[in-house]
Amino acid sequence: MSAIKFTEDHEWIRVEGDVGTVGITDFAQNQLGDVVFVELPAVGRRVTKGGDAAVVESVKAASEVYAPVTGEVIEINQAIVDEPAKVNAEPMAGAWFFKVRLANPSELDGMMDEAGYAAFVDGQH
Amino acid sequence: MTESALKETPLHALHVALGARMVEFAGYAMPVQYPTGILTEHLHTRAAAGLFDVSHMGQIRLTGENVAGALETLVPGDIKGLGVGRQRYTLFTNDEAGILDDLMVTNAGDHLFVVVNAGCKHEDLAHLQARLDGRVTIEAQFDRALLALQGPAAAEVLLRLAPGIAGQGFMTGRAVEVDGVPCFVTRSGYTGEDGFEIAIPADAATQVAQRLLGEPEVKPIGLGARDSLRLEAGLCLYGHDIDTTTTPIEAGLNWVIGKRRRAEGGYPGAAVVADQLANGTRRRRVGILPEGRQPAREGTPLTDAAGNPVGTITSGGFGPSFGGPVAMGYVETAHSKDGTALQAVVRGQPRPATVAAMPFVPHRYFRP
Repeated sequence: MSAIKFTEDHEWIRVEGDVGTVGITDFAQNQLGDVVFVELPAVGRRVTKGGDAAVVESVKAASEVYAPVTGEVIEINQAIVDEPAKVNAEPMAGAWFFKVRLANPSELDGMMDEAGYAAFVDGQH
Repeated sequence: MTESALKETPLHALHVALGARMVEFAGYAMPVQYPTGILTEHLHTRAAAGLFDVSHMGQIRLTGENVAGALETLVPGDIKGLGVGRQRYTLFTNDEAGILDDLMVTNAGDHLFVVVNAGCKHEDLAHLQARLDGRVTIEAQFDRALLALQGPAAAEVLLRLAPGIAGQGFMTGRAVEVDGVPCFVTRSGYTGEDGFEIAIPADAATQVAQRLLGEPEVKPIGLGARDSLRLEAGLCLYGHDIDTTTTPIEAGLNWVIGKRRRAEGGYPGAAVVADQLANGTRRRRVGILPEGRQPAREGTPLTDAAGNPVGTITSGGFGPSFGGPVAMGYVETAHSKDGTALQAVVRGQPRPATVAAMPFVPHRYFRP
């Protein structure tokens, strides 16, 4: 059973066991526009909830991707480094950014679920 | 600034109807992109034709006896030598040879037609009034619309609506009818492609824009692609690559200073320019190619191979037609030769970059 949670910075994290898969939302990729560059954290790096984890750049602008949770990066998605446009095409699936082993699963408790995030995005318009 | 305080161009409703994402630019609500996105818009302009709303720019008519001579007291360009129908790129300079704005001047026969940047137009107008009033009649036409049609198919498309442009050369202007509307059309632009700028009464702008968009080659293009197109073409963006702290010579715009003007001077900052032409400058605007895929954007520090600061990027991004990151900026003259290895410090990380000739994508202007 996996659960998906969202941050106010438009990252998503899908958690299975103690491993979370992190990406950016469809709203985020749409706001960014055509993604041309992705920089991912090194495997083994410890990321901190709310801290810098990755960089995504569109034609227009550079944007930080923050870690939704604290933990160790255990895998990265080289496919989006090789083909950044994937982030626009399938942000919620194939274009995940990295996997993190959660140090503190209770960090997920305060985060939005799918319905909560949808309402949050509506409020941004 | 709140959205309600923003000015709108005559094409505002059309942008909204086309699904544009509107952003603030120079006090106007302007389309940064349409639903297809910047990358597609950029590539479409280089492949066929793109229609840009640049109505936020300032159109000014100058009339009077010896109007060319009067304007020459404010710009280093050869305006007196500009034949009827000819257009020229030039600069307003200050007494230190800093650049107040860059502009296009066309000799329209009975007047000079001037187009200035949106962000500077009120200052430019005040500058003209302060310096030329009494000698020249200055007529701001800030309510008129300006459309740019750019790309290799632009001429073929415009000819269908405006037979009067037949045979019109690059950097020339003509009063012609476009779709029956009296316009002033120049063959020029800001993309490195062949193209036209169409100055048009506000109340007819939407009609003509819709007619152009109805042609199969034409798509609407926003400010996002306008910026990436001009960057690939190596063209300066005022307020970024040139401003009051940069001189025409530092900016590598030596070619804008006419031969006669070099000898005669007679414009603000002429002594500084003469000195810099004779003795060189401490720094120089150059093209920069970052290695790899990561863009190096405005404000990125540049260092030499050993890590000593040598300059700063003033415009940088991803060049969709170039297929990689491109940038321009100022470096110390000792490091300004093409091929010089530098480092661009992106988010604290030094990354290899090379000084490179501009344009990054060859200009394809129409030269009959």
